[in-house]
Amino acid sequence: MTVDSVTIALVGSGGAGAMTAGQMLLDAAANVGWYGLMSRTTGPQIRGGEAAALVRLSPTPVHGPGDRFDIIIAFDWQNVERFAAELPLSEKSVIITDPSQGEVPAVLAASGAKQVELPIKDLAGRIPGGRVNMVGLGAVAAIVGLPRAGIDAVIQKALGKKGDAAIQASNAGIDAGSKEAAGWNLGLELAAPNKEGATRWNISGNEAAGLGALKGGVKFCAAYPITPATEILEWLAPNLAKTGGKLVQAEDELASIAMCLGASFSGVPSITATAGPGLSLMTECIGLGVASETPVVIVDVQRGGPSTGIPTKSEQSDLNIAVYGLHGDAPHLVVGPTSIGDCLFTTQWAVHLAEALQTPAIVLSDQAMGQSRAIIDKPADAPHKANRLLATDLGGEAKYKRYADTESGVSPAAIPGMPGGEHTADGLEHAENALPSSQASDHQKQLDKRLRKLTSHDYGDAWADIEGEGEIAVVTWGSATGPSREAVRRLEAAGTKARLVAIRLISPVQPAKLAAALDGVSKVLVVEQTHGAQFHKYLRGHYDLPGAVSVFSRPGPLPIRAREVHETLLSLI
Amino acid sequence: MDTHLTDDVVGPLPGDYKSDVKPIWCPGCGDYSVLAGITRAMATMGLERHDTVVVSGIGCSSRIPAYTSVYGYHTVHGRSLAVASGVKLARPELNVLIFGGDGDGFSIGGNHFLHACRRNVDMTYIVMDNQVYGMTKGQASPTTEADWCESKLTPEGPGVNPIQPVALALACGANFVARGFSNNPNEVARLIVEGVKHPGFSVIHILSPCVTFRPEQRGWKSTVHPYGREPTDDPNEAMRAVLEDDGFGLGIFLAGNRRPFQPGSAATHSIAQIEEGFAV
Ligand SMILES: Cc1ncc(C[n+]2csc(CCOP(=O)(O)OP(=O)(O)O)c2C)c(N)n1
Ligand code: SF4
Repeated sequence: MTVDSVTIALVGSGGAGAMTAGQMLLDAAANVGWYGLMSRTTGPQIRGGEAAALVRLSPTPVHGPGDRFDIIIAFDWQNVERFAAELPLSEKSVIITDPSQGEVPAVLAASGAKQVELPIKDLAGRIPGGRVNMVGLGAVAAIVGLPRAGIDAVIQKALGKKGDAAIQASNAGIDAGSKEAAGWNLGLELAAPNKEGATRWNISGNEAAGLGALKGGVKFCAAYPITPATEILEWLAPNLAKTGGKLVQAEDELASIAMCLGASFSGVPSITATAGPGLSLMTECIGLGVASETPVVIVDVQRGGPSTGIPTKSEQSDLNIAVYGLHGDAPHLVVGPTSIGDCLFTTQWAVHLAEALQTPAIVLSDQAMGQSRAIIDKPADAPHKANRLLATDLGGEAKYKRYADTESGVSPAAIPGMPGGEHTADGLEHAENALPSSQASDHQKQLDKRLRKLTSHDYGDAWADIEGEGEIAVVTWGSATGPSREAVRRLEAAGTKARLVAIRLISPVQPAKLAAALDGVSKVLVVEQTHGAQFHKYLRGHYDLPGAVSVFSRPGPLPIRAREVHETLLSLI
Repeated sequence: MDTHLTDDVVGPLPGDYKSDVKPIWCPGCGDYSVLAGITRAMATMGLERHDTVVVSGIGCSSRIPAYTSVYGYHTVHGRSLAVASGVKLARPELNVLIFGGDGDGFSIGGNHFLHACRRNVDMTYIVMDNQVYGMTKGQASPTTEADWCESKLTPEGPGVNPIQPVALALACGANFVARGFSNNPNEVARLIVEGVKHPGFSVIHILSPCVTFRPEQRGWKSTVHPYGREPTDDPNEAMRAVLEDDGFGLGIFLAGNRRPFQPGSAATHSIAQIEEGFAV
């Protein structure tokens, strides 16, 4: 008997190497052709302290966290109570514990999970240079049936530079762990990997967003660090440079977005990344981008809010500020990636749209996507590139009008260096010729055109990911998509047809497209990770949802699991 | 427009850098003469209009971009230096000048001022200091005296000491620091030319009276004086001179030799090569 998904937590304080073991497990699984997802949870300490690597493996692509952990292996139990809620267990789970580290904490033992003892420290201690995390890795590999060749390649890659002794110590640790676990027969052997098919990537959502920026044609980034967005900036720093672009560390988010606007005004596609507190600071300048029609992309990797909230955990509660946070009537683009891999496509698309429509685009990623790492099929290449409509014929008699009221609403842009296009871009309301104006007619005309360029654009099929059919539909967005998708598939596997509509283009709204997607639907379930059901209210404010509408909405920091969505769906049928 | 000044070709004139927009300033505002100084400086240098960008924040003085005929970006209150840094870092070949007031630059934009000085991007910042918020009808600014009681917002006076912009610029590491007085557009133009030519971040502090909310500033004509020393490249020496000065000395305090900040280099990789790093 094999299983088709296994979820593993490797738990241990700072020095135990739980994260390293988790990474190696994911990489080894990828090497042999499995798919996987790894997120991490840590305490509030800057370094050290309790930590866990949360890994889910499967022969098919993994969309979100498992319903519960099948295996917990603990190198020690230090402060595990603090994140016990993040480690759901059942009687079917297995807790692997080192007797030298004391009893299994009551919060976990109460689940009724099976307990298996493994003298991890003792085994590691008998090996010169032996490490507990390698013993643990060996045990987990044996339980899930991970072929040794996959691990060997990882060890070689990770420790090759450290020399033979380090490799031998690791191998000995893995052997010791797997030898002990070989006889346990826990029934958690994973179905054989499917090695056929596309090239696979090992990528985090934040890296994917960075890559999307590059592929879209971004050449400038201004950065101010904030969890959980920093990895986008850290990934871009060397990689923008490799492509001839530039990254500058700014003094704060006000400067980051302002620098991006300056670079973009000069014609260079620009991006910045931040999280909720930074987005709040940026809103005035995002409005400047709207009024002055300067493209810019802001990736907001959402975390638990409000205020500093829970920086290391996920939520989708920046939706309101992203859509409504600007003062005045300030239409702009808001898009949300639907998976780790989709952070690439959606960010690339955002760059393209921002440039094409000469306006700011906010990409709403979140911690659960941004800081998790997945094994995915290499994403297909998308054609979307930065391609700003530039003014031509600037030498003529007619004076260039930067904000000409065109049919599409997009005005050909002149950028510095183009003779004859000199003008002053302005955040003050202005006439078509870019000169400040407080006249009602100019205000109306510019407001109309700035809205029209967004609403009349053809966004094609990318506005949403749509799957399945039937009279029941889940409408969701962002990283709630993964568990929703899994829930819909479970329903279908049990014979009830259902649809999934994950909206990627959040603003401007697409009422005709959503109506078509929900044609024939009698029950809608809206799924989101907020306390105030922000997405549900947003949908209700802008769309006519068909039939009976229900909401599954709860705040972070615990990730939404497929089981929760599935149970809600069952209760609706 | 021909920018090569030779005996028989007439170079650009200050008027070539003016737009045909009529300023909204009060009659007698010091900013008129600063504008005259700016266009004179641009003509003297023969800047290509299309290669020149002026950036401003918000305030009376920040209106200047609309009155010039080069590229401009009239942004939001306090962020002009950050926007301008983006322009210059992304497109180093452009000439970048920034205009604004004392409130814009040292109050809401204070943090950007500090970091623009230490970052040292090669651009020129012209602050028109009238020791008041003109555009919002006369409140105390960071350069207003502690006992100035004319604002309804601070009827007892702001009660806090004013900052000294030139000393602040020096303390933050600006590479070129000068002071001018709007009444003398030729001297203003000279300082701007020197500032633009000098590599790195140049701060040009210009005393520019607000005749509406601080009519007594008309008297600055007799208060200002040459500061009386040759420019130095030593920030310590410049700081000593500034601290001895009464805040009305005019001239170039520092023409330092810090290297301008300008990251970036040619591409070395294709995106496909970068992507390969993700392959399992
Ligand atoms: C965020 C923000 N806060 C306040 C204002 C209002 N405001 C506009 S101009 C200004 C002060 C301008 O003073 P200063 O920079 O000294 O320029 P001046 O008008 O004196 O030339 C203020 C407070 C604004 N536009 N934006
Ligand atoms: S209020 Fe003062 S600064 Fe503003 S235009 Fe009038 S005189 Fe000039």
